[in-house]
Amino acid sequence: MSEGMPLADPAVPMAAAPAGREEKGRGVAGLLLRSPAFLLGAAILLFWTACALFAPSFVPYDPFADDLLNTLQPPSAEHWFGTDQLGRDVFSRVLVGARDILTIAPLATIVGTVAGTAIGLITGYFGGWVDAVIGRLLEVMLSLPLIIVALLVLVALGPSTPTVVVVVGLVFAPLVARTVRAAVLTERHLDYVAAAAVRGEGAPYIMIAEILPNILPPIIVEGTVRLGYAIFTIASLSFLGFGVQPPSPDWGLSIAENYGVLVGGFWWTVVFDTAATASLIVGVNLVAESLQRALAE
Amino acid sequence: MKGALGRFFLRRLALSLLTLWLLSIVVFLGCQVLPGDPARAILGPLADPRAVAALNQQLGSNRPPVEIYLSWIGGLLTGDMGQSYAYRAPVAPFIGHALVNSLKLAAMVFAIVVPIGIGAGVLAALRAGRPLDRMISVAGLSLTVIPEFVSSIALILVFAVLLRWLPLSASWPAGSGPLVQIQHLILPALPLVIVLFGYIARMTRAGMVEALSADYTRTAVLKGLPWPTVLGRHVLRNALLPTITVIAAQMGYALGGLVVVETLFRYQGIGSLVLGAARAKDFAMLQAGILTVGAFFIATTLVADLLTTLLDPRLRTGGRR
Repeated sequence: MSEGMPLADPAVPMAAAPAGREEKGRGVAGLLLRSPAFLLGAAILLFWTACALFAPSFVPYDPFADDLLNTLQPPSAEHWFGTDQLGRDVFSRVLVGARDILTIAPLATIVGTVAGTAIGLITGYFGGWVDAVIGRLLEVMLSLPLIIVALLVLVALGPSTPTVVVVVGLVFAPLVARTVRAAVLTERHLDYVAAAAVRGEGAPYIMIAEILPNILPPIIVEGTVRLGYAIFTIASLSFLGFGVQPPSPDWGLSIAENYGVLVGGFWWTVVFDTAATASLIVGVNLVAESLQRALAE
Repeated sequence: MKGALGRFFLRRLALSLLTLWLLSIVVFLGCQVLPGDPARAILGPLADPRAVAALNQQLGSNRPPVEIYLSWIGGLLTGDMGQSYAYRAPVAPFIGHALVNSLKLAAMVFAIVVPIGIGAGVLAALRAGRPLDRMISVAGLSLTVIPEFVSSIALILVFAVLLRWLPLSASWPAGSGPLVQIQHLILPALPLVIVLFGYIARMTRAGMVEALSADYTRTAVLKGLPWPTVLGRHVLRNALLPTITVIAAQMGYALGGLVVVETLFRYQGIGSLVLGAARAKDFAMLQAGILTVGAFFIATTLVADLLTTLLDPRLRTGGRR
């Protein structure tokens, strides 16, 4: 955690601070490893990440292969989770289905966190009219439900994976910016910022090399919380037809394709995707929640 | 005192109107400028250029953007929301009808979630730190993050397919009485109840814990008031302040969540109208629908702000200092 921090900077008489932070870092790790909520969440996340990485090489069936003679088969020894409307093996599809969401959601989170951090640093550091104008624009973004903003832009530009990443990222940026701005405001008037300014450092250097390392904890927490919401939003967009596109075995998309036959009693076509989505989101949120608690202590 | 309050209201109102105006520009850009050529977007890449030109002429989208924007806003101010391309009819009646339906569903959601959420929050605060408190907060936190379509599937499976207690479709037969309508609305309301429950319970709990440890509560207990009186008159009255704000603020969120729920349950509300317009590239309908949702969202935020100020005397005098 300590790399990139001005450890040996003689102009900053804060030698005790980095050491204290390192100790705190160890304390945080200890707290996390003793928290059952964190361990459960991390285990869920690890499981789905492993599936996303390796499932294609060990699943029993090709998740894309139709078998029109065996459509809508109930779970059996052959097909553990049954087959869908096109006869595709649901078990294989659920495991491989972790891929798209676990690629797109983290990328969108990174886009949102980086953009939001930049905006938050600028508005918080400069204040004044910059803050007022950008703040008002962000308010406009936040005055619509997120899913509707995403829908608006995706209709205009057409849904594709890069568009989804950028749109969801940018939709989240104002929320991250709000947190970062608040954190910058508490740091802005501390001595080390003034010291750097006296030393003749420019605004970009002060923001990135001085303030940013000190506000990393809230940014990390915000990032993990956003990851949970990114999965929520992207899964919902896929369900609505504006996220991941066919023939991907993505969970939201599979549920959209199959929930029509639910009334017929073919529950296995959607139940496992539903459980997978729920477990992933709960896992991310358990991690985010424990991280937030550990860093607050 | 009165003057300060009035000025505060006016300032908040002006800011909301400014936000609404900026929102109209964002929506306009998204629906008219981003797609580049609306007629091309509607007709597809293979359409004859003459057909595209003719449709652009008919839609009025071959005029300069500023002119289109001004005529759109001018129309909105006189109640004309434009012509739907998909239905070849004025947009306004569709929006009105859908908004009424959505508000019915939202009313159902809040009728269920407000008592349950406040009840659970109060219970958790009274048992703070005990297993029941942990259970309520973990349940609230986990349920809040479940996407509506995921919980909808689980609810449909249990209540409509397995138990057959509730009808699957949200649309009731034409001419049904209010009771049948309510029966049809319960299942679609539950996914949103699940999402909102956690927020309301958490805010209530936080407010309760604060009020329970406050000096005025200790005074009330020490002067010998019976516990139910202390709870009702001193604790609850103070504790529910932040909760009211959260409930008002969540109204707007609920409208966003309706997109998924209304689509899944085939209910003709503003959410499914927006999604349908998005799929059909019916831009006039889309921009009217989104602006309606945004206006509603801004209005609920404004009401939430004003309520907090009205209900909390400390904030009210804060404007004068």
